Amino acid sequence: MSTANTTEYHHHTAHHFDSADAEYRASKLGLWVFLMTEILMFGGLFVGYIIYHQKMPETFAAGSKFLDWKLGSLNTVILIFSSLTMALSIYYAQIGKKAMVLYNLYITFFCGVGFMVVKSIEYSHKIHDGLLPGSLFHHAAEAGSAGVAHLPIYFSFYFVMTGLHGSHVLVGMGLIAWLIVRAHKGHFGPQYYTPLECVGLFWHLVDLIWIYLFPLLYLVG
Amino acid sequence: MSSAPGVNYLNEKSGLWSWLTTLDHKRIGIMYMISVLSFFAIGGAFAMLIRWELFGAGKNIVDAATYNQFMTFHGAIMTFMVIIPGVPAFLGNFFLPLMIGAKDVAFPRVNLLSWYCLMVGAAISFWSLFYHGADTGWTFYTPYSIQTDNGTTWLVAGAFVMGFSSILTGLNFIVTVHKLRAPGMTFFRMPLFIWGLYSTAVIQVLATPVLGITLLLLIAERTMNIGIFDPAMGGDPVLFQHFFWFYSHPAVYIMILPAMGIISELITCYSKKTIFGYRAIAWSSIGIAAVSFFVWGHHMFVSGQSEVAGIVFSFLTMLVGVPTAIKTFNWVATLYKGSIEFSAPMLFALGFIFLFTIGGVTGIMLAVTAVDVHFHDTYFVVAHFHYVMVGGTLMAITGGIYHWLPKMFGKMYNEGVARFSFVLIFIGFNVTFFPQFVLGAMGMPRRYYDYLPAFEPLNKVSSLGAWTIGVGFLFALYVVVDCILRGKKAPDNPWGAKTLEWQTSSPPPHENFTTQPVVTGGPYEYR
Repeated sequence: MSTANTTEYHHHTAHHFDSADAEYRASKLGLWVFLMTEILMFGGLFVGYIIYHQKMPETFAAGSKFLDWKLGSLNTVILIFSSLTMALSIYYAQIGKKAMVLYNLYITFFCGVGFMVVKSIEYSHKIHDGLLPGSLFHHAAEAGSAGVAHLPIYFSFYFVMTGLHGSHVLVGMGLIAWLIVRAHKGHFGPQYYTPLECVGLFWHLVDLIWIYLFPLLYLVG
Repeated sequence: MSSAPGVNYLNEKSGLWSWLTTLDHKRIGIMYMISVLSFFAIGGAFAMLIRWELFGAGKNIVDAATYNQFMTFHGAIMTFMVIIPGVPAFLGNFFLPLMIGAKDVAFPRVNLLSWYCLMVGAAISFWSLFYHGADTGWTFYTPYSIQTDNGTTWLVAGAFVMGFSSILTGLNFIVTVHKLRAPGMTFFRMPLFIWGLYSTAVIQVLATPVLGITLLLLIAERTMNIGIFDPAMGGDPVLFQHFFWFYSHPAVYIMILPAMGIISELITCYSKKTIFGYRAIAWSSIGIAAVSFFVWGHHMFVSGQSEVAGIVFSFLTMLVGVPTAIKTFNWVATLYKGSIEFSAPMLFALGFIFLFTIGGVTGIMLAVTAVDVHFHDTYFVVAHFHYVMVGGTLMAITGGIYHWLPKMFGKMYNEGVARFSFVLIFIGFNVTFFPQFVLGAMGMPRRYYDYLPAFEPLNKVSSLGAWTIGVGFLFALYVVVDCILRGKKAPDNPWGAKTLEWQTSSPPPHENFTTQPVVTGGPYEYR
């Protein structure tokens, strides 16, 4: 099923680099710098979360009970598995197995789809129950059955954090779709796999952020 | 690519489309130049209108609500569209690759994208004018920014998009400096402008994302009432101030650090003398960048933060004075026994040292918590940051533009008019802002539409000074336009400068150098 098929396409190093290797290393450094900006952006949200969790721990404990830890766990497993297949696609590019690159990219992409499907199931439950951010909140628990103040703030954090993360998953899926198109054209092989590596790093970060979001939002109670 | 004689980046291709799709860092730099100068004209016009309204007590030209809009747009335009992209994205874009002997920045497409981010962000910001503008001031403080019913959301969204522009420029510069230096160009052979840009890039990359998430939360607050900054729902408006200044204080170093880099270039070039304390100046840039992340609390001495936090932030803020003073003393030491040429760029550099020192020292005064309680939100603060941002950054940009005009366009500018523009700007500046120190000390609050009759004489002086600055910048604009249209042909190195950008032809060819330069010594080997 896997046939080495990498020699047809030749990637041209951009004119301002001395060598393909210099270009590869510059791309990777650029991507790491970009990942730092992502960490700082989510960092702002995490700091906000910590402050409000400190101020109103019982609100966060009560809020997390409305989340389904089973669906959260399922999504965690999906994302971790997709990181594995993402990494495998780079490995198979390095050893020149085009079919396996594609195979793994497709799995990664559909893991992303799976994650978003589960997420949308969760969101629609929340919307149906009125467990919404801020003043949109209209669940019965507001009246005091949960016995805590400011419950809507918890859902503000829940929706902002998972929403921003979900938008990153969507961007990542778009990038993986682009990789699939290029892999079909035979662009990647042992000589050139920079885009795979860079999208891979991005995808791992998106995965990593979820690994922090999951316990903070679902398991904190 | 070996280019024929007479072919350069300007005439290599023609047509508007060739500019809008260019990947050449020099052309992108010129596009930034046009955009930044246009925004500067708009922001400057708002400044003139503000001073007109404040010329006399009571109503002069507009009502209070309109005045608040003027003030907001003056601040937002000057901050996000002029001073932040001014040095890095315009002069830095053009000269960073040239000065380290590279053919381009590491990611030319990303570079072009950053310009489009600025344009789209600016368009979104101005879109707010269709929704009755914005009146929050450029700091968007909650809870007022949540309650006010107008186009604030658009202005905030525009600032968010422009943040991407800043991040992408910073990212590009970091990678370019690390990966594309010419053979022999070690870190400690880099011109000090590059050290300034590199330190700036670090701040752009680390601080701007925090502004991004802050503005995103503010947009969510305005559209969905998420309550994170709203005390009625258990939120904390001071948290917004913390988030905002965590970016916006480092951001003032985004504005000043590369300007300091320009000054290092100008001082050494027009003294014809090796810079004094090269390594000290280089490290002080990194030092300022590092300390800049730990001083944001000095904006909140009266916002109810703890006394311990106030003391710590006060101390850390004063610490910024150390690397800044290191730079200033080294510049002055460079002048000592130099062959000083009082050309227009040098006049701006000397003006910078004078004005920036006043701005810096009043910054130390404001860092004293007891004093700040009195000065907070008065015209003393307005005068302080205009001494740093206008007296500092804008003076450096203007001097830098004059200095590099012959390289950018291959034409000489009119030295006499350029010096005259300096005289007007320098005198006008002091006439405008020195009285504001006095007004602030007398207790005149900033941002207000009206003031007590006792403040009227000094406000009149200040307004007259502001219009003098305006005229001065019109002369400066004339110098630039006249140079581009009618300037005499410039030699490759009219100033006898030693840095790499002067060793190629004026204007440079598409790939900057016809042969790969090899560096064998430091950047300023004058004597």
